[in-house]
Amino acid sequence: MSQLIAIVVAVACALPGVFLVLRRMTLMSDAISHAILPGIVLAFFLTESLSSPLLILAAAGTGVLTVVLVELLQRTKLVKEDAAMGLTFPALFSIGVILISRFAGNVHLDMDAVLLGELAYAHLNRLEMFGIDLGPVSLYVMGTILVLNLVFILLFYKELKLATFDASLAASLGFAPALIHYGLMTLVSITTVGAFDAVGSILVVALIAGPPATAYLITDSLARMLILSAILGSLNAVSGYWLAHLFDVSIAGAIATTTLLMFGITFLVVPRRGVIAIARRRHRQKLEFAQTMLVIHLLNHEGLPEAEQESQVSHLQEHLRWEPPFAAQIVRYALENRCVSQKNGQLALTERGRGIAREALVH
Amino acid sequence: MTNEINEIKAIEVTDLTVAYQEKPVLWDIDLDVPPGVLLAIVGPNGAGKTTLIKAILGLVRPAAGRVLIYDKPYPLQRRIVGYVPQRGSVDWDFPTNVLDVVMMGRYGSLGWFRRPGKAERELAMNALEKVGMQAYADRQISQLSGGQQQRVFLARALVQDATVYLMDEPFQGVDATTERAIVALLQELRAKGKTVVVVHHALQTVTDYFDWVMLLNIRRIASGPVEEMFTPDNLRQTYGGRVAFMKN
Repeated sequence: MSQLIAIVVAVACALPGVFLVLRRMTLMSDAISHAILPGIVLAFFLTESLSSPLLILAAAGTGVLTVVLVELLQRTKLVKEDAAMGLTFPALFSIGVILISRFAGNVHLDMDAVLLGELAYAHLNRLEMFGIDLGPVSLYVMGTILVLNLVFILLFYKELKLATFDASLAASLGFAPALIHYGLMTLVSITTVGAFDAVGSILVVALIAGPPATAYLITDSLARMLILSAILGSLNAVSGYWLAHLFDVSIAGAIATTTLLMFGITFLVVPRRGVIAIARRRHRQKLEFAQTMLVIHLLNHEGLPEAEQESQVSHLQEHLRWEPPFAAQIVRYALENRCVSQKNGQLALTERGRGIAREALVH
Repeated sequence: MTNEINEIKAIEVTDLTVAYQEKPVLWDIDLDVPPGVLLAIVGPNGAGKTTLIKAILGLVRPAAGRVLIYDKPYPLQRRIVGYVPQRGSVDWDFPTNVLDVVMMGRYGSLGWFRRPGKAERELAMNALEKVGMQAYADRQISQLSGGQQQRVFLARALVQDATVYLMDEPFQGVDATTERAIVALLQELRAKGKTVVVVHHALQTVTDYFDWVMLLNIRRIASGPVEEMFTPDNLRQTYGGRVAFMKN
């Protein structure tokens, strides 16, 4: 059952996360996840229950308040965005911490639960109606939030896309990007507080930022990025769950770990933009460029009296100022590519090599 | 309604002042743009050219004054106004392709909730053909050159099928071929009776490309037909003697 809750939480976080990543606002979700604490605490005092819907509403309100405060500070131009965030959320968070330590010392709302959450116990809090056990409360809460996120994104897909890509065109066409912005931020706040119970306020950011950032490396389409983020989120949740079982560690911690592992692996191996692909491409470009230098060098001296000397393999390091191993590597590369031929330690251009040199000189 | 047809203004800006935190970026601007002209807004950096475009589009709130498009405020005329923002104003790493960006030009007509479909796709393909980019429809936008990005933005404005076009530096960082293609397109739009307002940087091409000009430097120095208003004297006033440009 915890596994199902984990999947629902992961997918619910990943969907709005896609837009946060594209709007370069992932850190705002971190700010929100901390700043909603006073909202939760106050609502908890009012309802004395951790599962009241009022908690979620209060948290969402505080979340949006965070966004507004950050933007107001920023608009004064006296504080930059990152500093505005760094000032706003600790201010709100500390109010929550003080409230808890002063008034809620003996209740269930303890700091560990707030910071780390605990999935293992999430299913213990059951929803009962007319004496029938309907399953864990958090599954219902997160399920509702997931549906809410899905509906919002499906309904406003076009508007979200436009406002994220080109806010001024969105505004000029009458699509109120500010409204969409705050709508999205409300959803992020609601999602964060929902996920709070399960994974705590710190790890929720991993679930929001991880899968979308991973999907962003893999796909070039927004729709596919959304679907892929949901799939990756589920995979991370399941693998993290089993990892936690295997090593008997915190489920939330394990899920965040698999999320970041998944990103790390993708970051390295994804075709075209991965670190390995880039390193390979750089290496090949370096070889190709050196090969071009070599054929141009040969072409420049071709048929001239000094050609014999200039085209000596052993003289390349002297003329082109290449280290001997590098010179040897380039000669081998050029020979493999049939740009040059070698005879008695002399290099001669092939037709192909001459073509490459001429083309390079024209451009 | 006693106005004669030729007295209706495509754009009418009256006493427009825009300020950012009490610092005026536009002082009391008056501008009348008749229908069917190709107008260049020129002026030094920081003259408020982009701000004027944004104020016409209601993207910045004026401190005073008003803007009318064909006698009505902008919010009532969104459908007939096409906007080409500066190329650098968006993130070209956004996960989408060329066709999709061009279709965004139809979003205004679609309104909230409705999704673009086959009709929008066809209009977008036609617009891409007009800017010579139909072969790039499926191309990821991060793979475009600067000139191609600009053509995509133009195509996006074309599918809006507007009457008035506002373009912020469409020639910024494009190659000579693209520049010629864009100019041909702008002149074609004017020939169809559309009004095109362009923020422009290169003074030497104003006479060739445009028939109207506005000289702007926080306040309006002059506006009107190029042959009357694009004078060394006005230019000197606009650029404060810093201009090394001779009209031949």
